[in-house]
Amino acid sequence: MALSSGSGGSGGSDMPAVETLGLRRVFKGSRGSPEVVALAGVDLRIERGEVFGLLGPNGAGKTTAIKILNTLLYPTSGEARVAGHDVVREAAEVRRRIALVSGGESSGYGILNVRECLWMFSQFYGVPRAAANARVDQLIAALGLEELAKTRINRLSTGQRQRMNFARGFVSDPEILFLDEPTLGMDVNAARELREFVLQWVRERAGRTVLLTTHYMAEADQMCDRIAIIDHGRTLACDAPSALRRAVEGGQHVELEVLGASDGLAEVEGIPVTWGAPHPERGTHTMKLRLADGGRLPLVLRALEARGVAVRGVSTRETSLEDAFIAIVGRGLDDVGPPP
Amino acid sequence: MANRGAALFVQAMLARAYVRIVGLGRDPAWILTDTIFPNLGMCAFVLLYRALGAPRGYEALALVGGVLTTFWLNVVWGMGAQLYFEKMQGQLQLYFAAPCSRLAILSGMALGGFASASLRSLVGVALAVWVFHIQVAAFSVGELAGVYLLTMFALYTLGMTMSSLFLLYGREAWHTANALTEPVYFLSGLYFPVRSLGAVGAVAAGLLPLALGIDAIRQILLGPAAQGLLRLRWEALALTAFGLVFLWLARVALEHLEGLAKHEGRLTQRWQ
Repeated sequence: MALSSGSGGSGGSDMPAVETLGLRRVFKGSRGSPEVVALAGVDLRIERGEVFGLLGPNGAGKTTAIKILNTLLYPTSGEARVAGHDVVREAAEVRRRIALVSGGESSGYGILNVRECLWMFSQFYGVPRAAANARVDQLIAALGLEELAKTRINRLSTGQRQRMNFARGFVSDPEILFLDEPTLGMDVNAARELREFVLQWVRERAGRTVLLTTHYMAEADQMCDRIAIIDHGRTLACDAPSALRRAVEGGQHVELEVLGASDGLAEVEGIPVTWGAPHPERGTHTMKLRLADGGRLPLVLRALEARGVAVRGVSTRETSLEDAFIAIVGRGLDDVGPPP
Repeated sequence: MANRGAALFVQAMLARAYVRIVGLGRDPAWILTDTIFPNLGMCAFVLLYRALGAPRGYEALALVGGVLTTFWLNVVWGMGAQLYFEKMQGQLQLYFAAPCSRLAILSGMALGGFASASLRSLVGVALAVWVFHIQVAAFSVGELAGVYLLTMFALYTLGMTMSSLFLLYGREAWHTANALTEPVYFLSGLYFPVRSLGAVGAVAAGLLPLALGIDAIRQILLGPAAQGLLRLRWEALALTAFGLVFLWLARVALEHLEGLAKHEGRLTQRWQ
């Protein structure tokens, strides 16, 4: 099977925005360490106009996939096309149509001001002078950077700099925008404004596509038309957030704050347990489980008591994207193993 | 519709050059750190020659060497270290993902470095003329401009090549360049006629674009008093050849570097 291709292999507007088939990437181990399979055959098809999310725990292969799609890395095997162009053979054509924003990156030079920095990057994409100036002004206004437009970058706060980096991704008005954890470390309001900006950008421009990786489930839930969940370099599920939630609906999601969890506790009363981050200030851990029948909760509590685990708090909630993620991957994005 | 091809190359080159040129006006500390300080060595030699009663031509000889030191420092540390600096800053991958040629960005760095270093060297010349009243022979401005541009071409294309090497070998290249600074200065005859090094030294100097550039400019400014290494015409030809070879090498090194980054998944990010 081969990827869809326009006449002569050139891209076209009828092509999917991103398409991969059996995408595989293996990194050689250094100094005798074993090789690392970052992608083990990923198949994706992202249509034009979609906001598509790539979710997975650390090391799942998200950034590797983004790098391959941005022509920064060769795949070991498999195929990938962006805007209908092969990322290996037609890298130049791909680059004309994409932009990449990574959370926490530091683009530009401290000696330049915000406006000059955005203008500089527009020139690297060949945006004609008049269009570049107009677009930079629009972005500065749309992202609330007016007062900072003539401020040197080395005088910006981290949040302000992130906002400018974000604007940089739009100066070339790309067909496909890759956002790799774009709101990482941003305050809540700034992150919300940027999410709204992206959604508006996609709505106002027919056929523009966004591929987003994020650690924030709510962000993926709010923004994405579809989400692919990947782990250990494989696509485990790919669907709309609502469909992913529906797939694991039923039962009750319970979080227990526990003290004195026994060694390697992986199940209680035959119910699988996952572990959230510890609370060192209270010496407790968060235990997560899904009960098919809410009436079993007292049984679970008694079983924990019998094992010497003290329950300090209980909370239940509706099925979320995170629940779906845990059900599919077997652990949460930030989950750790059982407490020692 | 975005520009492509040569238009995109020029656009990207000018945008990258802009950073260096605009930086001059925003960080006036360079007047002290990049102009006065590097020229103190030249001042010392001028005073020494004067104290020894050496012919006045020797003072001009030291002036040319001192002024070109500014460019050499810019080539090694401003050009050579630039891609490594971009990597450490985390934006090298943005250059690699942009549609413009990487050579355009390096050329922009070179153009901006050349423009800013030219301004710095003018301050050095002004210092020499006003403070020390250094005298030169009658010379052809066109000839001087031509040789000067050829010297810059050879030096900055060498810087473009070094940029890839610095990125590839990181601190090792850094240390090597540091260790070679004084030998290069010595073989280039910064403050004395390079012919004084004897036959072997002169051959070694002939392999250095800095040495040839200094010698050629001295020949134009001082005439026979410069004690030139080769005939001016041959030096101009050698500088042109150096520039073309280094430009080709810079392009090949960049392509190799990009291939390596894509194959091995390293170089473009600071932790790799």
